[in-house]
Amino acid sequence: MNIIQQLRQTIQGPQLTWCIARAVKLSTKSFKKEIDLFHSIRYNFGKSFSSSGTFYSTSSSACQHVAIVGSGPAGYYTAQKLLKSHPDLVVDIYEKLPVPFGLVRFGVAPDHPEVKNVINTFTNTANSDRCNFFGNVELGKDLSLKDLRDAYTAVVLCYGAAEDRVLGIPGEDLPNVLSARSFVGWYNGLPQDAQLPVNLDCESAVVLGHGNVALDVARILLTPISILEKTDISEHALEALRRSSVKRVHIVGRRGPLQVAFTIKELREMTQLPDTRTVIQQTDVDGIDKYIQDLPRPRKRLTDLIYKSSVSPGEKEVKTWKEASREWRLVFLRSPLQILQDTNGQVKGIELAVNRLEGDSLKNQRAVATDEREVIHCGLILRSIGYRGLPLDDDLPFNNSRGVIENKNSRIKNEKGLYCAGWIGHGPVGVIVDTMTDGFETGKIILADIQSGVLESNDEHKRQGLLKSLQAKAITFSDWKKIDRAETEAGAKVGKPREKISDIQQMIQIAKS
Amino acid sequence: MASRKFAAFLFQKTFNSMKSTTVTSLNALPCATWCRLHVQPRSWVSGKKFSSSVPKPQKQTVKVTFILRDGSRSEVDATVGDNLLDIILEHDVDIDGFGACEGTLACSTCHLIFKQEDYDKLPSKPTDEELDMLDLAFGLEDTSRLGCQVIVTKDLDGMVVTVPQGVADARSGPL
Ligand code: FES
Repeated sequence: MNIIQQLRQTIQGPQLTWCIARAVKLSTKSFKKEIDLFHSIRYNFGKSFSSSGTFYSTSSSACQHVAIVGSGPAGYYTAQKLLKSHPDLVVDIYEKLPVPFGLVRFGVAPDHPEVKNVINTFTNTANSDRCNFFGNVELGKDLSLKDLRDAYTAVVLCYGAAEDRVLGIPGEDLPNVLSARSFVGWYNGLPQDAQLPVNLDCESAVVLGHGNVALDVARILLTPISILEKTDISEHALEALRRSSVKRVHIVGRRGPLQVAFTIKELREMTQLPDTRTVIQQTDVDGIDKYIQDLPRPRKRLTDLIYKSSVSPGEKEVKTWKEASREWRLVFLRSPLQILQDTNGQVKGIELAVNRLEGDSLKNQRAVATDEREVIHCGLILRSIGYRGLPLDDDLPFNNSRGVIENKNSRIKNEKGLYCAGWIGHGPVGVIVDTMTDGFETGKIILADIQSGVLESNDEHKRQGLLKSLQAKAITFSDWKKIDRAETEAGAKVGKPREKISDIQQMIQIAKS
Repeated sequence: MASRKFAAFLFQKTFNSMKSTTVTSLNALPCATWCRLHVQPRSWVSGKKFSSSVPKPQKQTVKVTFILRDGSRSEVDATVGDNLLDIILEHDVDIDGFGACEGTLACSTCHLIFKQEDYDKLPSKPTDEELDMLDLAFGLEDTSRLGCQVIVTKDLDGMVVTVPQGVADARSGPL
């Protein structure tokens, strides 16, 4: 049988003519696009054929359905891998909120729109006819983990690290002592943090922690409004920042310049903030220059930038810093002891222990408190000392100290068909590329388990029943597109890329309209 | 005449592609095909429009070979003046997750490793900002660059570029 005969058998006459006509008419690139469209139309026919066993040669093996819990980067990258490498597997993504993309929407800083370009890839994945999105569906409330496991070939938990670590010191529950995470949620329009009581009526703020989130919140506090108002920062935060009196932000860490956890891009941004001075005490970096040469490249460049910013900043920086009206200070070797309050119960400062470092390996040196004490006066304290995941289900094997689900290469310990990806499996560290490789890896592992027969195909009856029970409540991806449109339209009116809706009811209303 | 040849070529190309998708086991298809079928290349949504029917002026091209993560090679005719991210997209070189931030220096997923002699010939030195992102890439080498920042020049004809393994690939090997 030649190609044309084969083709004639599988595609209808008009489709073939259409195909030839387009081929003649179009340039390679757009033609390819048309062909993909054609394939996807054909695929839809195929879907119905495949169940009767006449279309795919692989159709004797029943369809595989995978449920993913959480629609952040880990969820979408896992889905991408699964869909790409398996011809008829279907992915259902469940999300607690009515809107997708997790920390890309609610975590990435509004002045970093480039990072959010990943949403385009996620949207492509979501647009696949083998990928479904069910927003506004909460595991543990609207359905149980058991429901999912009964209905799917595999369940992948990608719900991130929801809780932040606390200091456990006196005064931590005072007003204006906030978790940096909630603060991020507040300026990013996360519904649960929209009402966060943030008071910026103070000159000085302290951020505890030396990670990227610490630099993010400090940067948002110091960035000129003229820049912020062109981002998708939430309106309530923008309003508060317009009236902010914060002029100085201290970023305080327990250890030294060789142990910081933030990355160089974020640090460089801080040193180049308009109208803002960088202050790093020379005594803090004295002597680290002799280690710099021997450090691995990323740490070497980072340490070098800290050192130079302190000892020999560039001409441009010197000029900006001289004229700046705001400043940020990188403070090392301090551990918080207690938060101090005035007679009205308002934060007035933080008492810190001065530390010294112990241990041989530079990277793993420990901070040990000395008897020396120090007070920084401030009216706002943001705690950014790490996140941790929550178990979600009591039966899950959970590592409480690390705040992650016990897993090996994404396979959850002793739980066949259950996987995890992203921060809930590996801890809240890393940037998008780390979560991406983790998601792809998880996808591969699941596919390998399908191929080796460890995973059986699911009970499609049960899945249909489950979906039916959620139908009224769930927000689909096309529902989300309505919200998306409403947000971008509202943003365009005020010169922002998007005006985020932070009220869940309002989201649902638009989605279901 | 030329245009008729072109159409015939496209037609043949379509046949080949359809042949493979209709009569072979779909499981056996290469990833790239499935990606195109069901997860569209992201360039479609990023607002790039490809003009149709207007013949493009002849652009100068050079040969660039990519060594992919599974060891396979992909040789393309790279347009001089384009950056390697655009070239990889244009030619549908299938690299998982490549170019996540769409060339805005915010991701390091477009990490590529060059041979020393090619690296030395690259038209620009990396900026601090590029090096900052590169520092977060897996398998960083002295001759690493971010593909979205590397512009192809005539001198680079015959260049061979390696796509490094992600950490994930190193863990389980390509599927
Ligand atoms: S594509 Fe993101 S840095 Fe090159």
